[in-house]
This record gives sequence, structure tokens and C-alpha cells, in this order.
Amino acid sequence: MSKPKLALYWAASCGGCEITVLDIEEKILDVAEFFDIVFWPCAMDFKYEDVQAMGEKEIDITLFNGAIRTSENEQMAKLLREKSKILIAFGSCAHEGCIPGLANFFDRKGIFEYAYKQSPTVEEETRGTYPQPHTRVPEGEIEIPEFYDTVKTLDQVVEVDYIIPGCPPQSFQVWGVLQAVMDILKTGKPLPPKGAVLGAGDKTCCDECPRERKEKKIKEFVRPHQIIPKEDECLLDQGILCMGPATRSGCGALCVKANIPCRGCYGAPPNVRDQGAKMISALSSVVDASNPEEARKILETIADPLGTFYRFSLAHSTFRRAQIPNGKAQEKVVAQQEAEAIH
Amino acid sequence: MEAKSVREKEQPKTKETFEPKIVAFMCNWCAYSGADLAGVSRLQSSPNIRIIRTMCSGRVDPAMIMRAFELGADGVLVAGCHFGDCHYIEGNYKTMRRIELLKMVLARLGIDERRLRLEWISASEAEKYARVSFEFTEQIRELGPLELRMN
Repeated sequence: MSKPKLALYWAASCGGCEITVLDIEEKILDVAEFFDIVFWPCAMDFKYEDVQAMGEKEIDITLFNGAIRTSENEQMAKLLREKSKILIAFGSCAHEGCIPGLANFFDRKGIFEYAYKQSPTVEEETRGTYPQPHTRVPEGEIEIPEFYDTVKTLDQVVEVDYIIPGCPPQSFQVWGVLQAVMDILKTGKPLPPKGAVLGAGDKTCCDECPRERKEKKIKEFVRPHQIIPKEDECLLDQGILCMGPATRSGCGALCVKANIPCRGCYGAPPNVRDQGAKMISALSSVVDASNPEEARKILETIADPLGTFYRFSLAHSTFRRAQIPNGKAQEKVVAQQEAEAIH
Repeated sequence: MEAKSVREKEQPKTKETFEPKIVAFMCNWCAYSGADLAGVSRLQSSPNIRIIRTMCSGRVDPAMIMRAFELGADGVLVAGCHFGDCHYIEGNYKTMRRIELLKMVLARLGIDERRLRLEWISASEAEKYARVSFEFTEQIRELGPLELRMN
């Protein structure tokens, strides 16, 4: 019997998800032993044509990390969907947009404007030169992928079978999932229900957090560098904005154990549609204010609320992006973001 | 089955044909009874308001408000008991803080925060409900339809 086929691909991502696969250390050899790795551009030499030449559903499992930023990302997502039996959104980018998704506070025009014109690191002679999908050169025409206005998640462009959340997914979780998959393929056990979240818990990060929680009454929010947080007390109790209450468990409360607030990378807990909305709900319950003015004063001490609540999930949230009319009102958003960055 | 936004079925709105769609989450004990009293007293109130009764205004999750906007609401009204009157003692304080924070977030997302309104209406304030319903409808009419951009 031939080996089951495994593919790994990265779209708009940082590469951390690829590293986490290698972080399972020598067990990667077991994976290579069990699977026939047919596509993994980060680690092995395969080309687009190799995938194209495969038959429909020929790949057993594809781990797809990265968001959909360009037309090339989308094309690869569609191709791998066609060729795979099981497509897994691997990591926060493919699952809910993650950091690349934060670009949805702007659109293509705004991003290009900054990256190719305003940024101090642009060379003077090329300042204001924007990438074009098609360029004429003496040798002919060059085509580069189109840069989309909005970052999409994998499940917004193709059907996704399973999700492995995390930025990046913890390697022990990845190994757990791979073991389970190998077991299923060996024994023919039934697959988990479609759409299941694998390699994570079904509670919130707070459930794994070892810190002691008391009744919360927050008078002021502080940033982690402004105080020395106590090691055994809930960070939120101490006024540090911790995303734990609105984040899925599974990482083993990694950040909070290092005295750093949870940033929310494991995404929304089960049965929650919008992680940011859940965080708004959780936070406003613990703010110690009895009138709107007081509440606003305390809430305004949150640095960059939007970027904090939706740091990982903006592209997958209810609104998916900031509602900027095409091209217009860009300056207003930029000015607001800059003012908040200074704060 | 995912609910489809009503926007998809609609004709493009012009200033003349635009009728605001407003979803109102009202608490069982005060605001809903207030709206009910307006009806029983035959007070005229705005027909643009679609009321959803919740047990407490503190029950209204920001996700529910966002979902209303997503599915086609042009404005959302949340109404509960006056401070001190909450059937659950302090549910409306939580609502107040929640709406404040949600307004901050909506504004940063580029959605006019005037599209979300919080009001305290007691069970006897039928006139207040009637007044608020017209005021808010006119406010939304002035702001125009909410057009969400997903791409």
C-alpha cells in the first residue's frame, strides 16, 4: 500500500507555522516515514506544476497556513482544495486572519500609499512607484499577483474541513493532531465532525491560567511595561488587558505564565462568533464605573482597543474590516491610528 | 443555516425611498413594558422599530448588536431600566459600560456611533418610548443606510 500523501503550504504568513511543525523535533522523521510529503515549498523542492499534475483529491491531508492576501494565495488555496481530501486551516492566519488581517483597518490604496510613498525607508528615486499587476518591459509583459483590498481567511475562499488554531499552534498540539491523524489512517477510525477545531481545548485560556482570580474592579488599564505585575495574581485584576477570558484554551496558558497578558491567538472560544465582541462584553462587566462619563474615562485608558480585541481575528470578525469607503476617509483612520500609537 | 442579510435582496436605496430598519433590544421588566404601554395607550410610535425582548438589557451581548448591523439593521436601540430599578440589581450598569466600549470600537471600525443608542425607559414611560422611537428613526434617516463593505 502506498503511503498517505501530506502537503504543507504557506500563503500570507510569517513562517512561524512551518517552524512549529519542525518543533516536533525528531518526531518529524516519524511523520516523513508515515507520510509521503508531496508538497512543502518551505522545506522541500516542489513546484506549482507538481501539484497541478496531481489528480483530484490525490493528497490525503493539506495543512494550509497563512491568510489570503493576494490573488496568488487564493489560486493556491483553490488548487490545494481541489487536490486534497482534507484541507486543514493551520494556524491563526488561515483560521481568522491573524496579524496580516490587521491590514483590514486600511485598504490597498492606504497600504500602498504608506509602503511605497510615505515610509521613510523608501528610496528617493523609487518613491511613489506602486506595484502593477501587469508591467511592460522590453522583453515582454511581466505579471505579478494582484494585491487585494481585504485580507481574507481560508474559509472565506474555499471550504475548510478542520481548524488548528494558534499563532503558531503549539508544537505539542501539532504532534497530538498528527498522531491522531496517523492513528485514524492506520485503523480506519471515524474522522472528527467536519469543521471541528483540532489541537485545542474547549474552554477559555483563563481555565488553564494558574493565577489567582478575585472579584474584578478595574479603575485604570495599564500596559505591561508600566507596572511590575505580581506573579500569582490575575493580570486583568491588576489592570493589564489580558485576552484570556475571550480566548480558546489549548496553549497551556503560555504567555500568562511568563507574566505577559494573553494576546488571544487561539481565537474565539467554542460557540463564540466574534472574539472582540466577547472581550468587550467581558471587560465592561469588570470596569468600576457607575456612570457613562466615568466609564468612558476608564475605557479610554485602553491603548488601541480595536487592535487589542481583534489582534488575531479581525478578518474573521462580524465586520471583517474597517468600514472605510473606497479611498475616502483614509487620512482620518491613519491619524487616529497614529495618535493611538503615540498614546 | 446562516441567516442571510436582508441587504442582498433589496433594491438600492435612494434618499427618498430609504426607510430605516431599527432593531431594539428591550428589557422585559421596564423598557419592553414601557413600549407595551405605549401600544395599549394608543400612543403613536415609530413603525421602523423591530423590538426584541430580552430578560435584561445586560443580556444584550455586543455580538448580538454587531450581528444586527451585519444582517441589515441601520440602527440598534438598547433600552433597559433606570439605574437603581434593574430587576437583577446591576445589569443595566453593565449595559451602560458595554455600550460605551462598543461605541468606541464601532467608531474606530468606521461605523457612526450614533447608530447605536442606549436609553433608560421605565414601565410607565410610554411617552418617552414613543418620543425616542421617532427621534432615533429620524436620526438614522439623516445618517442614511448603513452600507457594510466586506471586501
